[in-house]
Amino acid sequence: MMTLTDDQRMLQDTVRPFMAEEGAIKEQLRHWRDTGCTDGYGTALWKQFAELGLTGILIPERQGGAGLGVVEAGLVLEEIGRNLTPSPFLTTAVAAVRALEGSAQAERWFPGILAGETVAALAVDEGRHHDPAGIALEAKRQGNGFVLNGAKQFVVHGNSADVILIAARTAGSAGETDGLTLFAVEKGAGGLDVDTATLADSSKAARLAFDNVAVDADAVVGEVDGGWAPLSRALNAGRAGAASELVGVAAGASEMTFEYLKQRKQFGKLIGEYQVLQHRAAHLYGEIEIARAAALKAAQLLDAGDPRAELMTSVAKAKAAKSAALAVQEGVQMHGGIGMTDEHDIGLYMKREAVLSELFGGPRYHAGRVAELSGY
Amino acid sequence: MADLDTFRAETRAWLEANCPAEMRTPMRSEKDACWGGRHFQFQSPAQKQWLDVMASRGWTVPDWPREYGGGGLSPAESKVLKEEMAALGCRPPLTSFGISMLGPALLKYGTEEQKKKYLTEIARGEIRWCQGYSEPGAGSDLAGLQTKAEDKGDHYLVNGQKVWTSYADQADWIFCLVRTSSESKHGGISFLLFDMESPGVSTKPILLISGNSPFCETFFDDVKVPKDQLVGEENKGWDVAKYLLGHEREMISGMGLGGERQALGATVGEVDPLLRAEIAAFDVDAIAFAAMSERFIDQLKAGEAHPAMPSMMKYAGTELNKRRHELIMAAGGSDALEWDSERSKGGKAARDWLRTKANSIEGGTSEIQLGIVAKHILRLPGA
Repeated sequence: MMTLTDDQRMLQDTVRPFMAEEGAIKEQLRHWRDTGCTDGYGTALWKQFAELGLTGILIPERQGGAGLGVVEAGLVLEEIGRNLTPSPFLTTAVAAVRALEGSAQAERWFPGILAGETVAALAVDEGRHHDPAGIALEAKRQGNGFVLNGAKQFVVHGNSADVILIAARTAGSAGETDGLTLFAVEKGAGGLDVDTATLADSSKAARLAFDNVAVDADAVVGEVDGGWAPLSRALNAGRAGAASELVGVAAGASEMTFEYLKQRKQFGKLIGEYQVLQHRAAHLYGEIEIARAAALKAAQLLDAGDPRAELMTSVAKAKAAKSAALAVQEGVQMHGGIGMTDEHDIGLYMKREAVLSELFGGPRYHAGRVAELSGY
Repeated sequence: MADLDTFRAETRAWLEANCPAEMRTPMRSEKDACWGGRHFQFQSPAQKQWLDVMASRGWTVPDWPREYGGGGLSPAESKVLKEEMAALGCRPPLTSFGISMLGPALLKYGTEEQKKKYLTEIARGEIRWCQGYSEPGAGSDLAGLQTKAEDKGDHYLVNGQKVWTSYADQADWIFCLVRTSSESKHGGISFLLFDMESPGVSTKPILLISGNSPFCETFFDDVKVPKDQLVGEENKGWDVAKYLLGHEREMISGMGLGGERQALGATVGEVDPLLRAEIAAFDVDAIAFAAMSERFIDQLKAGEAHPAMPSMMKYAGTELNKRRHELIMAAGGSDALEWDSERSKGGKAARDWLRTKANSIEGGTSEIQLGIVAKHILRLPGA
C-alpha cells in the first residue's frame, strides 16, 4: 500500500517538528554559512540526530540501529529538504551505511555513526558528471594491500568525513561495472590531498587527489573486483534518499510561494487571484505530488528487494529533480524582486535544489538509465 | 496479512480455473471491451462466459456491497484481485459508466430501492448507461444547463438537449442533469435517471476529427420521467453531479495508462537521439504518474486523498496521454499519417492521436481542473 503505516506516521510526527525547530534555516543553514563554518553543518545537530535514533535508521537492530528502511529514511529526508537542514545524514546514515552493511568494515564504523560522532562520505564521480561505471581511479595490489592513484570530485562532506568510501578500479577498464572495488579510506591517509570546495548552497564538497595512497587489504568493503554490489546499494539508497530530500525542497519552496500568493497585493488584488498564477501553482502542486509518489514507490521497492527498484530509483531521482527545479524556479519568479534577495529564503531553495539534482546523477543521466533499463 | 495471503492464493486459483484463455490475451483495441447492456453483441462465447462468472461472484464490482451485486471485498482485497488479474493478464470482465460513474454516486445518494435495482443491473452488465451532462450552452460552465424538467405531479416532463453524450446511441438508460428551478443556478439542478427508450428521446452521433463518433447529441421532447427516478433531493442534484464528476475524472486520468506497463521507448522502434531523449523524459513522467495513480487509489480507499487530487490526476493523466500520442506520431513519421490503409490498420496511430485531444476537454477541461486545484491548495479568502 502506498499510504504510510502507523509507525511511519509516528516517525514523521516526531521528525517534522524537530526539523522545523532544531533544523530551521535561520538556526542551521544561515547560521553556519554566515559564521564561516568549515564543515558546513552543525556537529551538535548531528548528535541530536543520533539521540533520536536517526543516524542508525538503516543500521540493523542486531548492530544497535533502528533496522528501518529507505521509506523511513525518506521521511526524514523530506523534512531535511523542507528546512534545508545541513547535515551528513544522506551521505553517512543512508549511502555509507548501505555500502558498509554486511561487511567487516561495518563493525568498525557503525558504532561511531550510531553515536553521531562519525561522518562518512562516498567518493564516486571523477569528472563533472556522474558516471559510476566509468570509474578509472586506479587501485594496484602492493604487498598486503593496495596503492591508490587518481582523483575524485563532488565528494559531499569529504572534508569533514572520518572515513571516505572510495570506488576504485582494480581490474577491467573504464565503462565496465566488473573490476571495481570499494575501499574505506580513513581521514588523513598519507598521499591523500583534500581540496574543499564550498558549493552554491553553502555545503562543502571535496576534490580528492590520490598520490600513491597506501591502504591495507582490510580496507576493502565487500569483495575485491566486486565493488559494484556495495556501490550500487549505496547509490540506489542515496538516489532514492536524494529524491525524497528534493521532494522536501520542492514542498518547502512551494508552500512558501503559495503563502506569498495569498499575501502580496498588486493592482488592488492578491496576486493569487490571477488565473495565470493559479494555474501555474496548480500544475506545480501536481508535479510535486507525483514526485513524492515516485520517491515513495522507489523506496518501497528497494526495501522489498524488488528488482524493479533499479528502474524506479532512476525514475524517482529524475522526476524529483525536475519537479523541484520547477518549484524553485516558479518560487523565485512568483516572489518577484524579493525572491532575488539574499534576505529571503526562497533563493536558498534554488541553490539546494541545484546541488541535490546533480548528486548521484542528474535528471538526464537518470532518464538515460530509464531508457537503458527499459531496453531502448 | 496471513488472511490476505490466503485470499491471494485462493483468488489466483479461482481466476486460473475460471478465466477463459481467450480473456487472458491483451485487448487489441477499445472494441474488445465488454460494455454490457440490452443490445451488446458479445464478440465471443468466452467474453460472455467471463462476464457471467465474474458477475456471479460480484467481482465486476469487487468493492461494492454484496446486497447490490458487489463482491463485498475490502480495499486491500480489491487491490489483491486487481493485481492477480493483472498478473494473469485477465481482461476486465465489464467496462461501463455504470461502474465507474453512476454506481459510486448511487451508493452515496440513492434510496435503498434505487440501489437494489440499478446497482444490481450495473453489476450484472444488464443495463448500459450514458451521461447527460453537457449542453450546447453549458460546457465548462456546466451549472448553466437549461434542459428543463417540469413537475407534473407523479412525473417530470423533460425538454431540452444534451451534447457530447458518450455512446448515447448504444446506451439503455441515461443519468441526466436537468433544471427543476430557475431561481438558483447551482440550486436549481436535479439528477434524473431514465430509459433511453422512453418516448421523446432521440440521439444523433457527432462525427469527430478522428473520423469516429463516440459522442452524440441527445434530444428530449416531452419525455415523461417517473418521480421515483430522481436521485437525491429535488434541486440538490449539483452535489450528486460533482461527486460523480470526481469519479469520472479518476476514470479518465487512468485512461492514458490502462494496462500499459511497458515503457513507450521500448515500443516505438528505432528513433533518432533527440526523439529518444524526449521519449525517455516522457517515460520518467509516465512511470512516476503510474506510481501516483497507485498512491491516489490507496489514499482514496483510506479516505486520505487531498480534495485537490481528483482534478490534479485528471489534468496530469490526460496531458500525459496527449504527450504520449504526440511522441508516437513523431516516431511513426509518414507511416503514422496514413488514414485508411490496411498497413496502418485503418489509420490507427493518427486516429488514436486525434482521439486523445478530447481527453483534456471531456469531463472538465484541463483549465477547469487547474482552477479547482488552485482553489483547494490556495484557499483564497472569499473563494
